[in-house]
Amino acid sequence: MRFVDEFRNREIAKDLAAQIARLARPGRQYRFMEVCGGHTHTIYKHGIEDYLPANITLVHGPGCPVCVIPMGRVDDAIHIARQPGVIMTCFGDMMRVPGGHGSFLDANAEGADIRMVYSPADALKIARQNPSARMVFMAIGFETTAPSTALTLLAAEREGIENFSVFCNHVTIVPAIKAILDSPDLRLDGFLGPGHVSTVIGCRPYQFIADVFARPVVVAGFEPLDVLYSVHMLLRQLEEGRCEVENQYARVVPWDGNPKALQVIRRTMELRPHFEWRGLGFISQSALKLRDAYARYDAERIFALPGVRVADPKACQCGEVLKGVLKPWECKVFGTACTPETPIGTCMVSSEGACAAYYNFGRFTRERLQEAVR
Amino acid sequence: MNPAIGVEREREVLDRIERARRRKPVLREDRITMAHGAGGKATHTLVSALFLESFSHPALELLEDQAVVAVNGSRIAITTDSFVVSPLFFPGGNIGDLAINGTVNDLAVSGARPLYLTAGFILEEGFAVADLRRIAESMATAAAAAGVAVVTGDTKVVQRGKVDGCYINTAGVGVMERPVSLGAANVMPGDAVLVSGPIGDHGVSIMLARGELDLACELASDTAPLAGVVDCLFAAVPDIRCMRDATRGGVATILNEIAATAGVAVAVDENAIPVREEVRGACEILGIDPMYAACEGRLVAVVPGGAAQAALDALRSHPLGAGAAVIGSVKADPPGMVLVRTQFGGTRIVDMLVGDPLPRIC
Amino acid sequence: MCLAIPAQIVRLIPDSDLATADVSGVKRNVNIGLLDREGVQPGDWVLIHVGFALSKVDEEEARTSLEFLRSMGQAFTDEISALRNSADERERSG
Repeated sequence: MRFVDEFRNREIAKDLAAQIARLARPGRQYRFMEVCGGHTHTIYKHGIEDYLPANITLVHGPGCPVCVIPMGRVDDAIHIARQPGVIMTCFGDMMRVPGGHGSFLDANAEGADIRMVYSPADALKIARQNPSARMVFMAIGFETTAPSTALTLLAAEREGIENFSVFCNHVTIVPAIKAILDSPDLRLDGFLGPGHVSTVIGCRPYQFIADVFARPVVVAGFEPLDVLYSVHMLLRQLEEGRCEVENQYARVVPWDGNPKALQVIRRTMELRPHFEWRGLGFISQSALKLRDAYARYDAERIFALPGVRVADPKACQCGEVLKGVLKPWECKVFGTACTPETPIGTCMVSSEGACAAYYNFGRFTRERLQEAVR
Repeated sequence: MNPAIGVEREREVLDRIERARRRKPVLREDRITMAHGAGGKATHTLVSALFLESFSHPALELLEDQAVVAVNGSRIAITTDSFVVSPLFFPGGNIGDLAINGTVNDLAVSGARPLYLTAGFILEEGFAVADLRRIAESMATAAAAAGVAVVTGDTKVVQRGKVDGCYINTAGVGVMERPVSLGAANVMPGDAVLVSGPIGDHGVSIMLARGELDLACELASDTAPLAGVVDCLFAAVPDIRCMRDATRGGVATILNEIAATAGVAVAVDENAIPVREEVRGACEILGIDPMYAACEGRLVAVVPGGAAQAALDALRSHPLGAGAAVIGSVKADPPGMVLVRTQFGGTRIVDMLVGDPLPRIC
Repeated sequence: MCLAIPAQIVRLIPDSDLATADVSGVKRNVNIGLLDREGVQPGDWVLIHVGFALSKVDEEEARTSLEFLRSMGQAFTDEISALRNSADERERSG
């Protein structure tokens, strides 16, 4: 597969690993946070940590848009799905996220009609094909996904599809990063920037991390060589005393982002004053809702939501994992009460969640794993 | 934290988790969900915590693809399967082909010679007779190709909407002519793991045939009878440890079952696993791992390490085994785990499937 | 949910924002409405996320960055050989 396989080349990886090992000063601990769930997933799926020396730790941040959805919002979605005539659609990962009273999968078992789709365009197609149904699309994701929801709203408007609505849970990445940086618990040396979010918002929004918080940022791609080389670039910055935003993923990320994508977001959506992020609490100006002009497509206005705030279960430490304060295995319920088939929190449900990734892919000490496959 | 202490603490946590995983599974749900039918963890929990409470027999408890029992001094193999695939007709075949081949394969992988099948139909009121005829004709052709006969059957009709068109249930009977007892319990460190051809063809074909994902490509289900392939393998390797028919849950599920039952580790090389380009492409688009995608005409075989080359040559000598490969080996440690050396050269675990990425595949 | 994959545009669908894209022989209609229409031609590579093209893949940039990575490895290997050679030299003359 072009532009994929070349960036999974083992030989280049070995050389890069040697370079990284050389650059990293012995005795010094390096902690780099990767903010995007896609990075968490790729790091574990490809076993990238095998190529890093022991003194470099990749800390997983809150960049998993499924993981940060509070239980109350899941309950709201199920409430909508239970209304007469409603077909709800969502991305695959949402199906097993536990709300206060079960997940979408459980709701289906009790009679709801919640279906998995690959694209918001597929949701619109279902609306078109079922004119007597009320089709609600649960939109999740960062700025990577918001433009697709926006274009779908515009298409619904253009085609006069009035039985389509969106339950908008889009969140924005920069406020989450700020919340991390403001957190006293955390010691971080640099950031791997979210490559795909950056195709939309560009690289400028991360400048404050370098200027105000004095941490280097490298906007990173998702193939193993991208991640390895981005770590190398961060090390170089630290060695050379630089503190900048660099773009490793330039083959796909334009420095100024995608103006058209930003424009369609702005046309259809606006920032909420604040929004609750699971584990991070309320963050202002961190999420999107539909503009008044699109009120008739806004599921929150069409359906009266219970809007009940549901506290995370006492045992759940997702918040600390999302902030990178705790490693997955350091959570008290990891792997025992909280497993992929009996998840307590979202970090264990989404394929991009740190706990799920660690449990499913990396759940063994590095040495034993490597010994076994030798 | 001192890194050394961190590693020690991590090891303790992981050991605790392994002990938790070995405990008898508990069924927590009070309603059946789609996950219970996916062939992964939820299915296993349902079987162990519910069905095995009611049904007990040494043959059943082995939880192989079939049961081998003794009747009046002869050893016979029996199996049962139900087919609820949607859509009923797809590139490469239809529900009828799956019904015959799937049942034959469950028998064949025990080393038995498949002989007789039953076919029970549950039909929806309004189902097209022409479609039913097509299905029955396909079954006749498939049965002849597999050297088996459908000797008894049943038909039920339920009201419109109570069933999705046509469901088929089968039972299969075969005779154990070889003095072998295959099973996951035989597997030991040093053994080699082979697969008889490219994986994921069926699962991805079905997904595409549903039309919901808007993906199109030249791909067909790999449904096929494997008794002939098994014969070739036995001719070259008399002491096969274990064979499994790779269906829902894919190769990953089988490897996990084997690792757990035998208390061994299975180490696999991602580069060695045969996957068609289109299957890879579709899986990358959807974020699915091909190792979990269903097959319907592939077997996984575990043989003594020294017999790996002979096994590979034997599989490849049969048209249905042309794409066979040695994909990994069995190690002693860490027990119960399936590990992958990734394309990239790193390592990761492949765990039992959770959830249901591709509903109603077979 | 940041899953995005490079795909090659096979053909543009007239009177629409859609194009047929190919990933390893798997085709899907994708929406190219977020890209500059004139800039997209059959044969181009785009990054697809949930059925929408977010960005074009700059093939030249991809090629040079890969070459750079390869050369980094080569430079490192050369350095190591040079290091070893000079160590040998010292041994021989020492």
